[in-house]
Amino acid sequence: MAVRKVYGSLNSPATLKVLACLFEHDLDFEFVPVNLNAGEHKKKPFLSMNPFGQVPVYEDGGIKQFESRAIIRCMGFEYGKKGEELIYWDARKQAIVANWIDVEGHQFEPPALKLIFEMVIKPKNGLAPDHGVVAEAEAELGSVLDVYEARLAKSKYLGSDRYTIADVLHLPNLQSLLGTKAKKLIESRPRVRAWCSEILARPAWGKVLEMKRDKAQA
Amino acid sequence: MATPVKVYGPAMSTAVSRVLACLLEKNVDFQLIPVNMSKGEHKKPDFLKIQPFGQVPAFEDDGISLFESRAICRYICEKYADQGNKGLYGTNPLAKASIDQWLEAEGQSFSPPSSALVFQLAFAPRMKIKQDQVAIKQNEEKLSKVLDVYEKRLQETRFLAGEEFSLADLSHLPNAQYLVSATDRGELFTSRDNVGRWWDEISSRDSWKKVVDMQQKKTSA
Repeated sequence: MAVRKVYGSLNSPATLKVLACLFEHDLDFEFVPVNLNAGEHKKKPFLSMNPFGQVPVYEDGGIKQFESRAIIRCMGFEYGKKGEELIYWDARKQAIVANWIDVEGHQFEPPALKLIFEMVIKPKNGLAPDHGVVAEAEAELGSVLDVYEARLAKSKYLGSDRYTIADVLHLPNLQSLLGTKAKKLIESRPRVRAWCSEILARPAWGKVLEMKRDKAQA
Repeated sequence: MATPVKVYGPAMSTAVSRVLACLLEKNVDFQLIPVNMSKGEHKKPDFLKIQPFGQVPAFEDDGISLFESRAICRYICEKYADQGNKGLYGTNPLAKASIDQWLEAEGQSFSPPSSALVFQLAFAPRMKIKQDQVAIKQNEEKLSKVLDVYEKRLQETRFLAGEEFSLADLSHLPNAQYLVSATDRGELFTSRDNVGRWWDEISSRDSWKKVVDMQQKKTSA
């Protein structure tokens, strides 16, 4: 019986963020797929685990949580001493990591998801992208990446001079964006491009991609 | 005596008031430094040095500079753990896990529709910006669904994360305050039994009353 369970979808960036962290911490877990296409996340019993009807949900002993950033924070503090530490116990250093975790959530992800929806998800479903929405989201994401470019001149990674949660949270959406024309936003900014290549090359992220490939072949 | 922390921004800003509420709960001395947003001060180079997205609040303490109000609140709770409300961010990992979950829910699910409504219904008229009725309707529907989830949750627990007031509840105060007291959509909260009860309780905390006082004393934008 698995100690840790992740209920989620390999198509959900939030789920992939949690999986990346589990691999970074070298933790065993059971992945329980939730069928988003069938609306499983909007029905019971899933709704009793997350009343907002969103993946992922995480269980670890007595802890049951939803919201990927909450899951990942707690995981970081619980397992930080073993394997890779993705957080700091020092309040001042962790404050800066927490600052950039919220930047990912409030500034980076909204335009990134809009672009991924228009340029990846809609075409998969036979729909054409809305060029007005794309242009607006590209401009928005471009402004955010300008801030990242300046930040990465002063700091090796977003939250500090080492890899932390603040970086991990970007992995799924960066991976998706690189498969679209919006990759120019990343590739035209040298420090962002270098940071992006480096974090996407982490073995833990490779294991997440392996899970996705295995599912595609199954 | 410790140097007061510095908070940059107007008290009437929802994000600034979130930080002020936390500082007051934790009995942390602070200096509120005005930022003249109507004159675009938040978009000028000097301010952009401390908040590169040109938004309020910005924050300084003990040689570090921070932004993002919820990150600032977490820091205040960790750094000043032993003063003021000691349970605000939980005193054990299980409590913290629940608080983090509901604080993220506030930021991801409650804040987007409520912020949009606060802007459309409370600020746009003052700024003489035309209201977007489609946006109002869409965001009201989204917020209603979120408050339905809260209604069920608050049937089971006194506060969102459990039986004690926490950072998760505090984070909701700024937007809810505007909606309840400065718009005609307060019934979104007051017509739901448990949400209404919860709102009454969290908004009558001394710390929040002081913040509302600070907002009302502001005479210029």
